[in-house]
Amino acid sequence: MNVVGHTPPPFFKRGPAPLARLTFFVALSVLLLVADLRFHTLEWMRLGLATAAWPLQQAAYLPVEAGSDLEQYFRRLTTLQGENQNLHHQQLETAGLLLRQHYLEDENRRLRTLLDMQAHLPVTGQVADILYSSRDPFSHRVVINKGMQQGMEDGQAVIDELGVIGQVTRVFPLTAEVTLLTDKDQAIPIQIQRNGLRAVLAGAGNGMMELRFLAANAEVRVGDILVTSGLDGVYLPGLPVARVVKIDRDQSFSFARIQCAPIGGVERHGQVLVLGHREALPPRPEEPVGPADTVRGKRSRRH
Amino acid sequence: MQPIHISRRILRPVRPWFIVLSMFAALLVNMIPLGHFPLMPDWVALVLVFWCIHQPFKVGMSAGFFLGIAMDVADGSVMGQHALAYVLLAYFAAGLSRRILWFSMAQQSLHILPMLLGSQLVMLAARMVSGGVFPGLTWLFSSLIGTLLWHPLNYVLLLPQFQPTERDENRPI
Repeated sequence: MNVVGHTPPPFFKRGPAPLARLTFFVALSVLLLVADLRFHTLEWMRLGLATAAWPLQQAAYLPVEAGSDLEQYFRRLTTLQGENQNLHHQQLETAGLLLRQHYLEDENRRLRTLLDMQAHLPVTGQVADILYSSRDPFSHRVVINKGMQQGMEDGQAVIDELGVIGQVTRVFPLTAEVTLLTDKDQAIPIQIQRNGLRAVLAGAGNGMMELRFLAANAEVRVGDILVTSGLDGVYLPGLPVARVVKIDRDQSFSFARIQCAPIGGVERHGQVLVLGHREALPPRPEEPVGPADTVRGKRSRRH
Repeated sequence: MQPIHISRRILRPVRPWFIVLSMFAALLVNMIPLGHFPLMPDWVALVLVFWCIHQPFKVGMSAGFFLGIAMDVADGSVMGQHALAYVLLAYFAAGLSRRILWFSMAQQSLHILPMLLGSQLVMLAARMVSGGVFPGLTWLFSSLIGTLLWHPLNYVLLLPQFQPTERDENRPI
């Protein structure tokens, strides 16, 4: 009952009805989903929240770190000595190659200047530790312990001692997110080492990768090694990526289904090397108008 | 206001800081990196369901929404994926709270299972619509583990409310 200018206090303090609140929050969530998936406009929000959650994440990482420390403490001396010996062997084996590499690089540069070709740029790298892989089963991502502070940028290639494992896709102040090659949305231009056939390799989502859009009679065999072709300007040419494990040539489809397994330790933890940016490739010449424009692009390049 | 209808035990009123603390702890445990271990239950969802059932006037959809946003950022998943699932979870948990608390623990778990599975299916739908990959059936087992954890979790989270203000041997509290 409404007396003039005075409403009686409600018996029970309640906000809007549950269904109204549900509608509001569901609408808000769906809005966020669409904004993030379609328009990618929420990166600033994610950045702020991730920075705020950084101490919490570090705290969560403590037990895992303590566990691995404990394991190292109790690891037997003999295993460590064996490992050390193996590493020495490996170093000696690679030393020959490494020592000659400087010489070969010098020679290569001289020859390239003689032939008047564009010089290969030296590429720098930063070693980073994988902190953890994300819990979300839908995304194949790992978080590394280098971020904006260490000069990480979107799009840098990430490799380990065996091959390519992915690409930096999100940079936070102190960490960075690496999307692995096995992620469904991650594609990488490759060529087959044996015959130089170029193609695009895309993640299949289940720890494997798929060679897409190759004709059913394409020259691919099981066991072929796929290396980066370097056509995208992100990955250096010649890095090993994957090995062909299964080929399904069904005549009713125009494309062969080729499954590949990654060579690098894509889904394992450890240390990785984040390669510096390559110089941007010259822009694609504009097709419809006149002669091709051959000005080389000098976009962001940092070393 | 205590919507707890169990006649076996008289509980002290809950302290708000304990609710916040338990949610923080759940977030922390969820952030522990264990790789893609499929059987790890979603602790945040469990704690949220617990408080929505036991304190529907204190914890509700807004808590679910903010916890969901926190999980989205921590997991690096799409913004709103966990938020949507947790909001729906909170709605159904709060809606069923008056019914569930009458049942025994085992029967309560049977109510929890479809709720947790439903929240996972919501996440699945949100990702499949945007072109994600089905992560495999083993992922759904985490709800089952969460259901089995309902009884011990109940005990742990109600522990502060079991303590009487002053001890008296002749009183059942």
